[in-house]
Amino acid sequence: MTDTIQHHESDSFLEEVRNEPGGESVFRCVECGICTSGCPVFSVQSGYNPRKIIRMIHLGMRKSVLESAFLWWCASCLTCQERCPQGVRISDIVVALRNIAARNDLIPDPYRIQEKRIAEQGRIYEIDEFDNRKRSKVGLPEILCSNEEVRRLFEVTSGESP
Amino acid sequence: MKYAVFLGCTIPARARNYEMSAMRVAERLGIEFTHINDFACCGFPVRSTKQAFADALAARNLGIAESQGLDICVLCSACSAVLAEVNHAMKTDPARNSVINHHLEAIGRSYHGTVSVRHLTRILFEDIGIETIRKHLKFDLTALFVAPHYGCHYLKPSDAHGAFDDPEHPSSIGELIRATGASAVDLDRKHCCGGAVLAVNNDITYRLAAQKLESATHHGSDCMCVICPFCSVIYDDNQKPIEQHLSREFDLPVLYLTQLIGLAMGFDPKELGLNMNKVKAARILEKIESRSHHES
Ligand code: SF4
Ligand code: SF4
Repeated sequence: MTDTIQHHESDSFLEEVRNEPGGESVFRCVECGICTSGCPVFSVQSGYNPRKIIRMIHLGMRKSVLESAFLWWCASCLTCQERCPQGVRISDIVVALRNIAARNDLIPDPYRIQEKRIAEQGRIYEIDEFDNRKRSKVGLPEILCSNEEVRRLFEVTSGESP
Repeated sequence: MKYAVFLGCTIPARARNYEMSAMRVAERLGIEFTHINDFACCGFPVRSTKQAFADALAARNLGIAESQGLDICVLCSACSAVLAEVNHAMKTDPARNSVINHHLEAIGRSYHGTVSVRHLTRILFEDIGIETIRKHLKFDLTALFVAPHYGCHYLKPSDAHGAFDDPEHPSSIGELIRATGASAVDLDRKHCCGGAVLAVNNDITYRLAAQKLESATHHGSDCMCVICPFCSVIYDDNQKPIEQHLSREFDLPVLYLTQLIGLAMGFDPKELGLNMNKVKAARILEKIESRSHHES
């Protein structure tokens, strides 16, 4: 299959995106292409095209969007949504799509690892004793990480019971 | 002027040069920082996979600052965007507010929307002001041509940040650079370092970053000036890999704005962590020194 738009895969995909936090504005797109024309990622990699992603949602191409590699190429720079004449929050829609993909276990490894680290230790990089020694050598305060609260927040926001 | 300083994940682990220079410059200007050990991740890195978790993390930090009666000063642009965005939502979106506060209840916390979140650069620009900064400078950096890099999240989302500077044609960093006597090189308006995709597709990041490095060197910049540890990780830490990936050579020092201002204030380069910058800034120091000898 080429990368041209082919057919409907799901009639309810548009509704699904619209109901996901951040996806509400997906209906307002008039396909003007302003988002793509200013997208820095598109300027170096034409396989990433925000206008086309919005169009694919409208055409119900659920699988093609959620299983794509390009879904994770948006740099979250927000240029598109600041410029969109229709107030489409494109970057927020990409976040909504990624959240749907994540619930379907379609997460690139780096994101999976990052989430796990944050849920477990409260931050991406743990600050250990060695780091704190280096910090105090240059006059910076010690950082003590307590992560109990973050672990608990991860549980409650994941819908897990205590 | 007292703030809870929010460092986020990247700065204490990977950008001590930024932290050191920010602390020294802020102190010199009478900004008092309170370190809060309870602060954790801002939420930005998990937005893509679990928005509710990201919202709760951001609001937790806001609630901690609120409980201590402090406004937040942020050093990382990505942290500033996610904290400002959730802060904005807490004030304007009752449905999201109640979900978030419901989650915070589980850890015995809450947030009522009374804290202001601003980037250190913005505080320097808006509250301290160019004139006051000038009064604290010892050296004139006239010899330097500096390319400002605004990045994305210092200015956007503009509705959450309150549009303090034009997101399409920003000027605040340029003005702060000019306060030191240096010239701010006017670059094209592509402001993204590509950092967010480094882990999943480094080709995109490297090509994006190269555009900016190319434009900065092409316009005769002595160095680039950044205000976000992410941007520095890309332009400074990854400059060698970018050069290798694209068979190019830039050799362009990348300084934090606070390092630049710190040099103009007369701090020793080591006090500003300049020795930790990956692309060596020796040439810049030589330029500053020859100029100051010339003057004295
Ligand atoms: S700029 Fe907005 S309206 Fe235009 S194509 Fe993009 S999303 Fe649609
Ligand atoms: S936020 Fe994503 S889609 Fe929008 S311009 Fe930036 S990289 Fe492109």
